[in-house]
Amino acid sequence: MILKELSPLFSYLSKHKKGIAVGCVWLILTNCFVLSLPWVLKYAIDGLKGGINSRALSFYASLILAVSLVAGVFRFLMRRGLIGISRKIEYDLRNDFFRHLQRLSPSYFNRTPTGDLMSRATNDLDAVRMLLGPGLLNLFNTIIISITAVSLMIYIDPWLSLYSLIPLPFLSLIINRMGKELYWRFERVQAHYSRLSAQVQENFAGIRVVKAYGQESDQIKRFRRSNLEFVSKNMSLVKIWGFFLPLMLLFSGMGMLIVLWLGGKAVIVNRITLGEFVAFNGYLIMLVWPITALGWVLNLFQRGATSMGRISQILQQKPDISNASHPIRVTSLRGEIELRNVIFAYEENSEPVLKGISLKIPPGSTLAIVGPTGSGKSTLVNLIPRLYDPTGGSLLIDGTDIRRIPLKILRRHIGYVPQEGFLFSDTIRENIALGKISFKEDEVMAAASASQILEDINHFPRKFLTQTGERGITLSGGQKQRVGLARALIANPRILILDDPFSQVDTSTEEAIWKSIREKTAGSTKILVTHRISSVRDADRIIVLSGGKIVEEGTHKELLARKGTYAELYRKQLIRQELEEL
Amino acid sequence: MHGYVSDEIAGKAYDSRLMRRLLQYLAPYKIQVVFSLLLLLLISLLQLVGPYLTKIAIDRYISHGISSGLNRIALLFFFVLLVAFILRFLQTYIMEWVGQRIMHDLRMNIFSHMQQLPLSFFDQNPVGRLMTRVTTDVQVLNELFSSGVVTIFGDIFTLAGIILVLFIMNWKLSLVTLSVVPLLFYATLLFRKKVRSSFRLIRKRIARINAFLQENISGMWVVQLFSQEAKKFRQFAHINWQYCQAYLKTIFYYALFFPAVEFISALAIAMIIWYGGSQVLGATLSLGALVAFIQYAERFFYPIRDLSEKYNILQSAMAASERIFNILDLAVDESYQQVPRQLPPLKGKVEFRNVWFAYQGEEWVLEDISFTVNKGEKVAIVGATGAGKTSIINLLTRFYQKNRGRILIDGIDIEELDAGWLRSQIGLIMQDVFLFSGSVEENLRLGNLELGQARLEELSRYVHLDQFISQFPRGYQTDVRERGSILSAGQKQLLAFARALARNPQLLILDEATSNIDPQTELLIQEALLKLMDGRTSIIIAHRLSTIQNADKIIVIHKGKIREMGTHEELLAQKQIYYMLYQIQYKDQKRLAPLPLATGNPSTNPASEKRKKKEDSK
Repeated sequence: MILKELSPLFSYLSKHKKGIAVGCVWLILTNCFVLSLPWVLKYAIDGLKGGINSRALSFYASLILAVSLVAGVFRFLMRRGLIGISRKIEYDLRNDFFRHLQRLSPSYFNRTPTGDLMSRATNDLDAVRMLLGPGLLNLFNTIIISITAVSLMIYIDPWLSLYSLIPLPFLSLIINRMGKELYWRFERVQAHYSRLSAQVQENFAGIRVVKAYGQESDQIKRFRRSNLEFVSKNMSLVKIWGFFLPLMLLFSGMGMLIVLWLGGKAVIVNRITLGEFVAFNGYLIMLVWPITALGWVLNLFQRGATSMGRISQILQQKPDISNASHPIRVTSLRGEIELRNVIFAYEENSEPVLKGISLKIPPGSTLAIVGPTGSGKSTLVNLIPRLYDPTGGSLLIDGTDIRRIPLKILRRHIGYVPQEGFLFSDTIRENIALGKISFKEDEVMAAASASQILEDINHFPRKFLTQTGERGITLSGGQKQRVGLARALIANPRILILDDPFSQVDTSTEEAIWKSIREKTAGSTKILVTHRISSVRDADRIIVLSGGKIVEEGTHKELLARKGTYAELYRKQLIRQELEEL
Repeated sequence: MHGYVSDEIAGKAYDSRLMRRLLQYLAPYKIQVVFSLLLLLLISLLQLVGPYLTKIAIDRYISHGISSGLNRIALLFFFVLLVAFILRFLQTYIMEWVGQRIMHDLRMNIFSHMQQLPLSFFDQNPVGRLMTRVTTDVQVLNELFSSGVVTIFGDIFTLAGIILVLFIMNWKLSLVTLSVVPLLFYATLLFRKKVRSSFRLIRKRIARINAFLQENISGMWVVQLFSQEAKKFRQFAHINWQYCQAYLKTIFYYALFFPAVEFISALAIAMIIWYGGSQVLGATLSLGALVAFIQYAERFFYPIRDLSEKYNILQSAMAASERIFNILDLAVDESYQQVPRQLPPLKGKVEFRNVWFAYQGEEWVLEDISFTVNKGEKVAIVGATGAGKTSIINLLTRFYQKNRGRILIDGIDIEELDAGWLRSQIGLIMQDVFLFSGSVEENLRLGNLELGQARLEELSRYVHLDQFISQFPRGYQTDVRERGSILSAGQKQLLAFARALARNPQLLILDEATSNIDPQTELLIQEALLKLMDGRTSIIIAHRLSTIQNADKIIVIHKGKIREMGTHEELLAQKQIYYMLYQIQYKDQKRLAPLPLATGNPSTNPASEKRKKKEDSK
């Protein structure tokens, strides 16, 4: 089970196999030297008993120093090497995680909460790292120290070893028993913790109702109840957990007691020397920590395996939008778009958002899409740069199925301006230049000027080098929208998609923007989604979407003459404008 | 008004002001803490016994070949171990109990305090962030109380005990042995300093990774649209590598520190062998004492290493407590602190007199609002999005404080009234019906235990909710969160009606929901609404055609000002703002059925009779 979850790690480990091998050599050498210390002590004590001279004494003292110095150097090399590798694997894993996220489509991010992905990239990755670093290190260490220390103890006196190690099996038996109980009680504590959190979350989310209905004291009472229960659940855990450390210490003490008692007798009957008695004691003490740590190490493995499983879930997620296996060879697009009976649903079995849309947009023409909220306008334009793929029907560009056009080529030729301008925490320049791989300064400037954002930028403290977002300035909604436009314009796209991009820009600025769009993208195909009917008048064709279907289409004049949905929308729009001005 | 509570804190490792405040939470558990300290003292003493028994065993018995003495020593050792085991368990249990109780007290404090913070606080801070205060931050402190503060004393006791015993056994050798301690302290200090600065770097860099990740996940579609994957990946790999580098640096320090400590302890042992050994040769020190010295020296280093571990606990505890105290220091809503004026139940006359209101500075959301709603009147408020309708409700319920003017209820300024009492007199129904986890009954009752089951069901029938509830196998005991949500948006509205009705308020404030509701439930809602308003002063932010048509008076708010007032017909005839709003928002709504103006006993309600017949015939 654990091994299955951990198997993806082997390829990461094998990348560092040389380093790991060297680290293991250091580990063994460290232990060899550390374990020889009690042996030196044995010679010193026996020598003292036999009456050695002070020169020999200083020799032993310096030997101890020398041995521990060498051991220290090896330990340093081992820790730096092995723990360092765990960090490097963490680095690789995090990179791979991110790279994989980049290949997943927006629909994946729609159904996966950001917080969940974040916690996998941080908490889970950390748990895996703990397994690879301290986990593996301590496991190796325990194995090597146990084998060598026990052999040395047996070498000194087999019977004494047997007696002094008697408590160990009992200890592991008890720990095993307690471990299971501990696990259940811990689960119960965690479960209640989630309940407690949920209660707090509910209270904060519903604080208006709490206050409106005077539920404050009632809520406090409820919280107190589950809070007290949390305390008692925790205490039931403590009842077992509190035994752990004292029990470890009791058992290690028992080992020492046995050595003192039976070992002392062995010295009296001359089976072992006093020095051996002291060395034996030293080995026993050395065993205590690694064996106590074993439980912790097992816990690290358990957790690491679970976390690795959670990370693998993401890494194994197949991207649902990717390059076709047999893409056609194109380097440029003309910009003819055709939809043939396109159907789209966000989830399987859910009601389709687009219910059979057929449409042909000649290159260089302008199409406007209007319709009530939720009619599928944004969804429709999201299909063109393949943010989503149609569930049914087909979408063709320049007569070729969109899925056969290399994704990069397709997207490079599309300028997409979303409803809300998304800015990265970077300079404004970088944010605009996002649409182009290499660019000249005057191109950025021209795009900004065409988007009517240049003046705003020149007012910022560091102009184009001003930071936005987290550690920079916050742009207004309208400014973000205009940066978004500049980003699309800089690439001179063949197809320009505008998804209600000027909702937060005032009307006079919008008119100026339209003028420059027409100038800059004269030959491009333009698709405009909007609520403002005023801006669609000049479109070559207008379609009205409602409930995922095209209900009307034609030019502004034709549609007005039909006196249908469009005419009604237009009338309401005029009223709204009038209302604005009152 | 309360601002945004930042997560960023100064992050000092030790702050005596914070510490003092934290320690106050220990005060109620003084006895337990003192007892636990006493236990720690005993445990430390018992810990000293082992090596000393070794000394006696070697010097008195092993060297002289008396094996019977060893039995006695072993027995004594056994008892010491047993007692230490029991005391240790007791001590852990007590301190864990104290820790848990303090967590409980802290959580209660924070939670209760937050209940009294003004609504603006909740509007400005995301729920997730606030939750962290009550949950994660408190949990961090647990470690400080259960294993931090008190065990530090344990470590100190142990160190002092060892030093004492060493000096009693042989003061010269003690001095020689302890001469390495300054070296140890120096190494620890140096290590602390180095590690502290690189940990700061690590925290900064991991924060950067997280921010980058967060941003890129939410903006992934932009990255993909503009084919920026490779560039963003390079950026990510770069900050990821910086983070890795920062860690490699601390690994270096750690890798250096642990062997250094071991070397220093070996140095102590070497000195014991060298200096103590010559004393043994000179017969001024027994061999047993030498062995005991070595064992004590080994034990000396654990607590010191332990102490440096505690430093980390302390650091995170300080950060968490600062965040917690920042919340506890926020002033509570003043409206809670008023002495409730003894008043007869509200009659329900509402008056706004030249009220001005801004959420921020002088950005007026409401300007010079004046209107009167007489007892029993139904008033609809209409206006475009952002016109200021919701703000009127926020002021009337005292969720927010007006800037100028007066708001009167039954002729009394609401600021003279206790907010809790005022709200208890109002039936407020919001756009999004909020359900608490728990049963349907609990959600109807909302803590009102005087409400009998029969009355509950009666109310529920009255607003047409009962027919839905009784279909559930567990009826009113059904959990509202069962399988996501068992109630549709429309049914939730009905529940909110019943909930408001249960308090029999004289003043009803309603923000109509805009969500799409199936025509049948919509009809039920319209009927229930009429009954609800019957005989009550009602102020409704209207989204329904039927509501505005039935209103006694319509107030038209536009850009924060009252622009028109009158009945539906009057205002339509004016052909001004209301007329326009009507064209945009209401005109297209279909009347579902002829709505009766008569209200009262549900069983004689013709509309519901008619509907029933319809259903039967299906």
